[in-house]
Amino acid sequence: MANGVSKAEELAQGTQSISIAEFFERNRHLLGFDNKRKGLLTAVKEGVDNALDACEEADVLPDITVEIHEISGDKYRLVLEDNGPGIVKDEIPKIFGKLLYGSKFHQLKMQRGQQGIGISAAVMYAQLTTGKPARITSKIGPDEPAKYFELKIDTETNEPEILTERERDWPNKDHGTRIELDLIGSYARGRQSIDEYIRETAIINPHASITYLNPRGKQRMLVRGTEEKPPETDAIKPHPYGVEIGAMQKMAERTDASTVNQFLKDDFTRVGRKTAKSILEKAKLKDRKKPRNLTRNDVEALINAVQDTDIMMPPTDCIAPIGAETLEQGLKKEINAEFYASTTRKPSVYRGNPFLIEASLAWGGELEEDGLCNVLRFANRVPLLYQRGACAATKGIQNTNWRNYNVSQSTGSRPKGPMTILVHIASVWVPFTSEAKEAIAHYPEILKEVKLAVQSLGRDLKSYLNRKNKVKEELKKRRYIKTYIPHIAEALADLNELDEDHTTTLEERLKTLLEQDRGEVEDIDFDPDANDEYDEELAEMGR
Amino acid sequence: MGRADDEINELAKELLDNILDLEDAKLETPVRSLSNVDYDDKDGFFKLQGSQKERKLSANTAKTFAQTLRLMSLSKELIETEDIATKREAYYVSKNWDDARFTKQGQSDNLMDDIEAMFRVNREQLGFIADEGGGSVAGELVVVDEDPTTGQKIEIDCTQFGSGSYSVPSDVEHLDFKTDADFVLAIETRGMFERLNKHNFWKDQNCILISMGGVPARACRRFTRRLSDQIGIPVYVFTDGDPYGYLNIYRTLKVGSGNAAHINEHFCVPRAQFIGITPDDIETYDLPTHELEDVDRKRISDGLSNDPFIEKHESWQNALNQLDNMGVRAEQQSLAKHGLNFVLSDYLPDKLNDEDSWLA
Repeated sequence: MANGVSKAEELAQGTQSISIAEFFERNRHLLGFDNKRKGLLTAVKEGVDNALDACEEADVLPDITVEIHEISGDKYRLVLEDNGPGIVKDEIPKIFGKLLYGSKFHQLKMQRGQQGIGISAAVMYAQLTTGKPARITSKIGPDEPAKYFELKIDTETNEPEILTERERDWPNKDHGTRIELDLIGSYARGRQSIDEYIRETAIINPHASITYLNPRGKQRMLVRGTEEKPPETDAIKPHPYGVEIGAMQKMAERTDASTVNQFLKDDFTRVGRKTAKSILEKAKLKDRKKPRNLTRNDVEALINAVQDTDIMMPPTDCIAPIGAETLEQGLKKEINAEFYASTTRKPSVYRGNPFLIEASLAWGGELEEDGLCNVLRFANRVPLLYQRGACAATKGIQNTNWRNYNVSQSTGSRPKGPMTILVHIASVWVPFTSEAKEAIAHYPEILKEVKLAVQSLGRDLKSYLNRKNKVKEELKKRRYIKTYIPHIAEALADLNELDEDHTTTLEERLKTLLEQDRGEVEDIDFDPDANDEYDEELAEMGR
Repeated sequence: MGRADDEINELAKELLDNILDLEDAKLETPVRSLSNVDYDDKDGFFKLQGSQKERKLSANTAKTFAQTLRLMSLSKELIETEDIATKREAYYVSKNWDDARFTKQGQSDNLMDDIEAMFRVNREQLGFIADEGGGSVAGELVVVDEDPTTGQKIEIDCTQFGSGSYSVPSDVEHLDFKTDADFVLAIETRGMFERLNKHNFWKDQNCILISMGGVPARACRRFTRRLSDQIGIPVYVFTDGDPYGYLNIYRTLKVGSGNAAHINEHFCVPRAQFIGITPDDIETYDLPTHELEDVDRKRISDGLSNDPFIEKHESWQNALNQLDNMGVRAEQQSLAKHGLNFVLSDYLPDKLNDEDSWLA
């Protein structure tokens, strides 16, 4: 598995001789803390992703507060608060004060968490840039007192260092967690800003309420659009087709199974007695061999045998789409357009990993006429702000021939026109092009699904544009009739030497003759007030 | 056929009645294109066939309908007041019609042609005349015209213009001719006409020179036709050796065009014979050439597939194919390779003496 967290673990393990602080410094580009601007954004992202995941696991509708205060110069205070289940006292120091603690290694599940290294990295970043400890408050129930911690990470041992620990009052809060971090950062607006990240998060999570205070002191309430929570999904075991040598080696070391045969059947999905036997025969390995005694060559033989064996595709009920309708609602919240379309594809599989593509489109209305269309990309409900050009979602849009749908496009580039396209990939394991997790990798299966989804939107758009054109034509014809009837009447009156009364009669008859049977015209004009979902506050953000 | 204004009145009445009865109102025009003409050596001109273009009054045709009726109304007024308007003037009159005005003269010219075809009359019968006259004449001819105000006969001697020439008016129906010339030579370019005129070619050969200035205008075609009918002398046509010279100029002069098929009968010169540059000439005289361009190739293939005159004449099919294979064309002026006056001293006299070198 090309797995960011496992990669980080490997890195961490391979650098035992250096301190954890040094490890962080050396790998900050992998962890999303490359520079001041990205550092602040990544800290927000880790916190918000965590909060949303926590709320979903506890089946709570998320109420999240994000505050960024400018303390001085490039020093910011970040405050994140959620209404999640809260964290038990003993776990708090480890979750916030130990890098890579409880990473979701080997868990194949549709969740946000796989996309970051965890909130402890934000704590580390804060500590390294300002020297200030993280302040955490958490409460697990209405009758429990809230626990307050001030803690740092020991940069030599990667263990939490508790500076303060006490109970405190947290009135009007049943459960939830609050974290305060002081860190060096930089706040800017635009396509890759925190504003944009929060805005897109609200679009893709219409069940969440987010209160956001930006460093300029502007507060926005992004109210939830639906009470419906995303369905709970199950974790699945890895499918043999998707496992690489390093990952399988690690699985073999950690398994509870006592034989290779058992290991294959227990630790992988879709491997039964017959399949396990067939794989082991091809790999020329004994059934009863102990997994931890597998050499690197044995594992390689196993992987090769797997590729030669017919194995049923993994189950796909472990992915839950957001749903075409909800997706469209999200888009309506941010864009006051005249036409919307959405589609959810059936689950598909790349390298043994189930995934699903959904897409949504907005056209016209208040969208910019000029320039290339805007693309919003999401992976497991997390906005992707960087590396747009390298992403499979963008590629799929570029590879679609939009001229088929009456939208102009230079070959191989994004289509032109007043259009925003949203693409969401849901998967138990989202493949990214790099450890930075900013762009979806170009697997042929994924590109194909993106294209199919986008093409379906294109067809809907085309039929709308055709309808609109027809109406335009009809209105033009009616104007035409109105314009030319007097001329026809006048010329015919001249030719027949009619008096004024007769000319008036002639004009009326011409009207009857030309205007009868023209029927009703569909009202297709853009009505800026027709979109009930539209949230101007949200739309303004990030602009 | 009655007067054009009677025809216009009749149609106007029919349209009015139909509209007042809330019935369909239609304008029917013969299709004006090569696809709707036929050619037979017996007739000697492109004869209009039966395809009709129907324009029913609807939202889509309202503007054209209005413009056609306006133009008919103008025509009626011109006929009744015995006035005339050039095509350009008619176009400018339309500028008073607000939204129904023409934005390009091509539009009004086209509808004017439609109205002509509708009533099977020529432009002059509708009170409209061409913007320019129909070519220049020099040589052994006296044109008998009349003073427009007094009606007094005027004799115009075409030998008396020196290095200039007589200019054909747009209406030639009233003209009379006196001549002892042996033939008429119709020339494609003004330049060649002037060379022949300057060197008194008409005196040497006892002939009449006409400059067509490219595709001959209607007046030029009608003038040549009336001249050849009245005097009964041959008409020779001298053009470039290219598809334009063959098809657009010679063929139009001889048998008419698809576009104005409704008037071809009187606006063509069946007696015309081609003595211009043939594909064989290009080789015989080793003439400087230009390569055929796409537009030339297209003219050739259109001529071979759509032109009823070419269809009936194998010699012309061969000439077009020959040109196509050679891939080149040659202009009249290219004869100057052998000396500026080679055309007077050798080419034309040789041509005129050797009927086998013509294309028929």
